[in-house]
Amino acid sequence: MAAADSEFVLHCPVPADPGDRIVLAHGGGGKLSQRLFEHVFHPAFSNPLLDQRHDGAVLPAAAFQALADLAFSTDSYVVKPLVFPGGNIGDLAVHGTVNDLAMCGARPMYLSCAFILEEGLPVATLRAVVESMRRAAERAQVLLVTGDTKVVDYGKADGMFITTAGVGQVCHPVAASRIQPGDAIVVSGDLGAHGMAILSVREGLEFESPIVSDTAPLWPCVEALLKAHIDVHCLRDLTRGGLSSALNELAQTRGLIFQIEESLIPVTGPVRSACELFGLDPLYVANEGRFVAFLPAAEAQKAVDALKSLDVSQQATIIGFVSDEPGHSVHLRTATGGLRILQMLSGEQLPRIC
Amino acid sequence: MKLLTDYRKTSTVAQLARAIQCAATRPWTLMEICGGQTHSILKFGLDQMLPPGLTLVHGPGCPVCVTPAELIDKAIAIALQPRVIFCSFGDMLRVPGSKHSLLDAKASGADVRVVYSPLDAVKLARENPQREVVFFAVGFETTAPANAMAAWQASQDKLSNFSLLVAQMLVPPAMRQILSSPNCRVQGFLAPGHVCTVEGYVEYERLAASFHVPIVVTGFEPVDLLEGILMVVRQLESGRADVENQYVRVVRREGNPAARAVVQEVFEVSDRHWRGVGLIPSSGLRLREAYRHLDAELRFPAAVTPAPRSELCLVGLVLQGLMKPSECPAFGKSCTPDQPLGAPMVSSEGACSAYYLYGRG
Repeated sequence: MAAADSEFVLHCPVPADPGDRIVLAHGGGGKLSQRLFEHVFHPAFSNPLLDQRHDGAVLPAAAFQALADLAFSTDSYVVKPLVFPGGNIGDLAVHGTVNDLAMCGARPMYLSCAFILEEGLPVATLRAVVESMRRAAERAQVLLVTGDTKVVDYGKADGMFITTAGVGQVCHPVAASRIQPGDAIVVSGDLGAHGMAILSVREGLEFESPIVSDTAPLWPCVEALLKAHIDVHCLRDLTRGGLSSALNELAQTRGLIFQIEESLIPVTGPVRSACELFGLDPLYVANEGRFVAFLPAAEAQKAVDALKSLDVSQQATIIGFVSDEPGHSVHLRTATGGLRILQMLSGEQLPRIC
Repeated sequence: MKLLTDYRKTSTVAQLARAIQCAATRPWTLMEICGGQTHSILKFGLDQMLPPGLTLVHGPGCPVCVTPAELIDKAIAIALQPRVIFCSFGDMLRVPGSKHSLLDAKASGADVRVVYSPLDAVKLARENPQREVVFFAVGFETTAPANAMAAWQASQDKLSNFSLLVAQMLVPPAMRQILSSPNCRVQGFLAPGHVCTVEGYVEYERLAASFHVPIVVTGFEPVDLLEGILMVVRQLESGRADVENQYVRVVRREGNPAARAVVQEVFEVSDRHWRGVGLIPSSGLRLREAYRHLDAELRFPAAVTPAPRSELCLVGLVLQGLMKPSECPAFGKSCTPDQPLGAPMVSSEGACSAYYLYGRG
């Protein structure tokens, strides 16, 4: 038997790469897990902290300013399809978490990343996603320092789910409680592109359009505002539920009325047309590279100019002001001159019948 | 898109609002039939631009709202059967049947999918020969041609795994029902532009003549709606009761002959139950004998017990324009989009959801 075994090993060398498709053993902690790390994750993310290959990462105190506050955030990413116009689940998973940190006024520094992979997922797809994550992390100047991989049975996940968590150093205090009556409300760019890009390629919809997701890191925008010495009061990214949900949450938390002008809210022609076709309102559609900022009205134009200097926020504009009346709602002056209350989204936006 | 600029132009809107103020010397009550029109009116705040005596009441033209709860129960029962892929327009998923919605069924494991075109459901059937694909054919005259086309295509392709659960409604019989009610307070109608795109407006000329009521075929953009209102008011002020067409860029008197032909080929007129209203004679469509083999109700004979009518939801009164959503005691209290008591609170064309969404409570 021993002779046969050794002959078997000699004639069938273990493949050097992790194979074409993800199998359960890739998450089992054995040789295949190791190969997946060595051939897919390590080449993309290698850095001194990750290369120590502990279960966790020890973040060096020297990397942080003494007594600086830290921001910590986590988010899970489930998106169908995994690849969409303008991005994929990988860059989304990096941008989403670094943006949550940026919205705390924090410079994103370190990320963790946990993959849940579905048995049968092509390794090439995983490689493409990991490569996008590498580029996104590089662009956002964050290091991925620890991670985990699990594999679930075929049919138990939509290809893959990713959870990232991030740590950043707070550079400027931002909070809903700092929103003041009279503050200008600024959005960083045109709305609705991410949600409509996803919808346009989702199964069964057969909608061709040139709409590309806006997924992007937002820290450079926040940094530009801080470098221009803007006293930013509050920041919120406009992800699920879009502008409407973000503003409603803040109005309710702060107990003030926000007044915004529909005609000032930037929405591109293709997104507006796609929303009309689907019967959706762009103010409720998700974005992955847009935020709203509350800042002193006197500094608003300077803030917009600072944002416009960056590609990602070239369309930045003032859309309204915080009223001094107490209340908990968002008032929208419509493009036709009417007035309506902008409600929080109930459930999911579903396409209408006719 | 011209409709996003020209038909929403602030100056034209203001001009039309002023013209309505000048034209209306007496109080009038108008009904816009279509839920899409209701939503536009509230979304753009057009109701706030009208003179105080001019009241808009909202009609039954929300396909999701009028689909009976029993049929949604049936849809859920079919969707929960093994091997079934249940396809529906997205708006239908959230609407409660007697207890649950199709979204609840999806959460319980049913394969419920949103399609934009009924032909996508036919395609799914072709691609999944081992599965039974059922399409929920709801809607008014507007959706009838595409739904008929799906049945025709499936029949041509001899697809044995495709069927339709039909809940096809017709607008003119519902208008006749409203006008025949002793409580009717509607003095003029904005007829639904998209419905008339298909069927034309000859049928509405009969209604206008028999009930002496002005009817204006109207579009969905702010300029369309205000122009339609102005045309109805001018008729009322001068004692006329004609059918006029505001939506000339889309609607012709005879409708769309090709679309009507495919509807004629596949469907025949039948009695239909309307949610909250009850049976209205000859107010719907069903599959003709030659297409009856595609009827999901026959293919999946599911015993569904009649749904008890909610005493709290006054959907019937709202759909007939006898009550404004905000006058309902449950509105915004026990009935919200998150916890709806009835369909008009969840549908994107429902009057109650429009009132809630646009803050008219």
